[in-house]
Amino acid sequence: MRLRRIRAISMKETLQIIRDPRSLMIALLIPLMQMFMFGYGVNLDVKHIPLCTLDWENSQTSQELLERFAASSYFNMQKAAANHPDIKRNLDDGSCRLAIVIPADFSQRLNDSGSSTVQVLVDGTDSNTASIAANYARSVIAGFSTDEQTRSIERKGGVVQTTTPVDTQARVWFNEELESRNFIVPGIVALVMAIVGAQLTSLTIAREWERGTMELLMSTPVQPMELMIGKLLPYFIVGLADAAICLILAVFWFKVPFRGTLATLFLTTSLFLIVMLCIGYYVSIAIRSQVGASQIALLVTMLPTTLLSGFAFPIEQMPMFVQGVTYLVSARYYVTILKAVFLKGSGAAELAAPILFLALYAVGVSFLAARAFHKTLD
Amino acid sequence: MFRRIFELLVKELLQLKRDKSARFRMLIPPIVQMMLFGYAATFEIFNVSTAILDQDHSQESRALVSAFASSKRFDVTKQASNLNEAKAAVEESRAQLAIIVPPGFAELLRKGQTAPIQVLVDGTNSNSALIALGYVGQIAAAFGQTHALDLAQRTGRLHGRPMVNVAMVERYWYNPNLNSRWFFVPGVIGTLTLITIVNLTAFAIVREREVGTLEQILVTPIKPFEFIIGKTLPFFFIGLIQVILVAAVGTIWFEVPFEGNPLVLLLGTCLFLLSTLAIGLLISTLCKTQQQAFASNFFVLNPMFILSGFSFPIASMPEALQWLTYLDPLRYFLVIVRGTYIKGIGIDVLWPQMLALLILGMSLLVAAMLRFHKSLD
Repeated sequence: MRLRRIRAISMKETLQIIRDPRSLMIALLIPLMQMFMFGYGVNLDVKHIPLCTLDWENSQTSQELLERFAASSYFNMQKAAANHPDIKRNLDDGSCRLAIVIPADFSQRLNDSGSSTVQVLVDGTDSNTASIAANYARSVIAGFSTDEQTRSIERKGGVVQTTTPVDTQARVWFNEELESRNFIVPGIVALVMAIVGAQLTSLTIAREWERGTMELLMSTPVQPMELMIGKLLPYFIVGLADAAICLILAVFWFKVPFRGTLATLFLTTSLFLIVMLCIGYYVSIAIRSQVGASQIALLVTMLPTTLLSGFAFPIEQMPMFVQGVTYLVSARYYVTILKAVFLKGSGAAELAAPILFLALYAVGVSFLAARAFHKTLD
Repeated sequence: MFRRIFELLVKELLQLKRDKSARFRMLIPPIVQMMLFGYAATFEIFNVSTAILDQDHSQESRALVSAFASSKRFDVTKQASNLNEAKAAVEESRAQLAIIVPPGFAELLRKGQTAPIQVLVDGTNSNSALIALGYVGQIAAAFGQTHALDLAQRTGRLHGRPMVNVAMVERYWYNPNLNSRWFFVPGVIGTLTLITIVNLTAFAIVREREVGTLEQILVTPIKPFEFIIGKTLPFFFIGLIQVILVAAVGTIWFEVPFEGNPLVLLLGTCLFLLSTLAIGLLISTLCKTQQQAFASNFFVLNPMFILSGFSFPIASMPEALQWLTYLDPLRYFLVIVRGTYIKGIGIDVLWPQMLALLILGMSLLVAAMLRFHKSLD
């Protein structure tokens, strides 16, 4: 292995990147776009749920209940429905997500027997929004219920002791405001690394195959290991620059708390980047066509990074065998690390296990990539 | 004219037939993605790992703890013996949640006063945390209500009259068990079609341009218009086959019910394919190399994916982004797929989406054709 040859290859690759300003622009725009799209577009917080009502009773009590829904910022009152088909149509075409039906004997039953029911119809298509919306509706109705309770006891001359027998006091750690942005944004660094690391590399090397310049390179005295390092080094630097852009945007633009140390982030990002670069390199050697390489790289890096890393979907909720598969996904360790470094402020000591896995992964994949090229030489 | 288009079609199909790896890549990635999304994409919350600290050791506190333990939402993984243990469990991610019943809980309850319980939550995943907190509140409130009712009856505070209570009876339409798979699996059909078709179309034309065969084809008597049709028609059929394939996997493997009319979905798919082909074509006219095509695809497809409402509700986006979603064909197609799949609605409800797809597809196609002519000069 000669440093001079590595430097020569790196120089050539860097020049190629610089002389094609469009691809450089793209490499730098990817983190910007990912950050802004995900930072603004991804919001799992539910607010302003379109709501329609069907009040069969139209009494003072029923109107009071509906006013509470109108006053809540979680709901957005749409027009009142006249009958059931009306509600069905509204739920069908999506103009409302939740319908409240108050029965005709609502306040009468409340006076006579003390208990009454309100029917809440929820569009369950988007199951996540539906369950959150139902929770909000439940709390509005519960609030109304306790106030009615107090009123009825006071009317009878009783003394109200308590209206909420058990009070849940929640304390939220790490992401105190429960902002979904704080949970999504750190993971984007992993996505960007997967795109820049694996996709761009796989394309550039496959291009050499397609154009025949790879054979030219092979005829030089360069060794496989030198070629790999020389080719990947410039992209490693581009990847780190992208990570820096992501970090700056996350902290200064989106105000995501960063509680860990830069050293931990730098170490783990470098490891993950090596994994991604080597996968991209390996794929492009195995496939040798740009379309194919980009498709396979997408399949083995982007997709698992999005779906199997805990980036948006919690791993603990997946079926057992899928959970088993996630242990093979390097992004799983990196996303865990990212979230912990950003939100929990964990250091290298607490994260020893995922860092170790990531390091093992990096060593394994680079070994594989280096060997793969050697085979194709003979 | 038809003969020339037919000839080109034959050439394309032959090319496809001889390219084994291309066929493989057309078939396997969609199925893998479908499997991944079907199994991995879920926002449901079950068996949240929970640490419990009962500092009261009373009959009431034990009853409350068992109410949590018997719920399928919570999985008590740790019985903490002091506060530090409970905190450490959350801090070290061994539990997502710690429920603490403080001393004096039962006494307050018996006196008819408000008895607090404390919940520590790991908020890292804000969505799971929020849903889990909702369940904690529900279970605690139900427990409290039962207890208060019991107490009131025993002490005779209500003078034989039951306590006033308004109950909520909820019913989830279309997806009664709130299975998130029912939400994601139909969505994958749209997303996959978009990605595959735009990629295939853009790359196919750019490759001809890059390799130089595009010029060869254009010196034949074929007209650009015929070239476009002959070139995109195979992808149209590939798109249709893919939708059928993926929908079959969704219905048979993942058992997502198909409530609506398959013909409505077919019509929607054709309209949607119009847009995807046009986008692929448009990208191909703007790019000289496959690498550029890849990058452009990425910059176009990624926002379309996020803005479509595939997994992130459009209503929660900032206003400006919400307006942008109207330009996203996937947005309309997802309403059609989910509508026909889960809601079982027909054209009478879905016509605005169909119309939007038609208009979008047509304008994109015209733009692509104009650009294509220009890019040849």
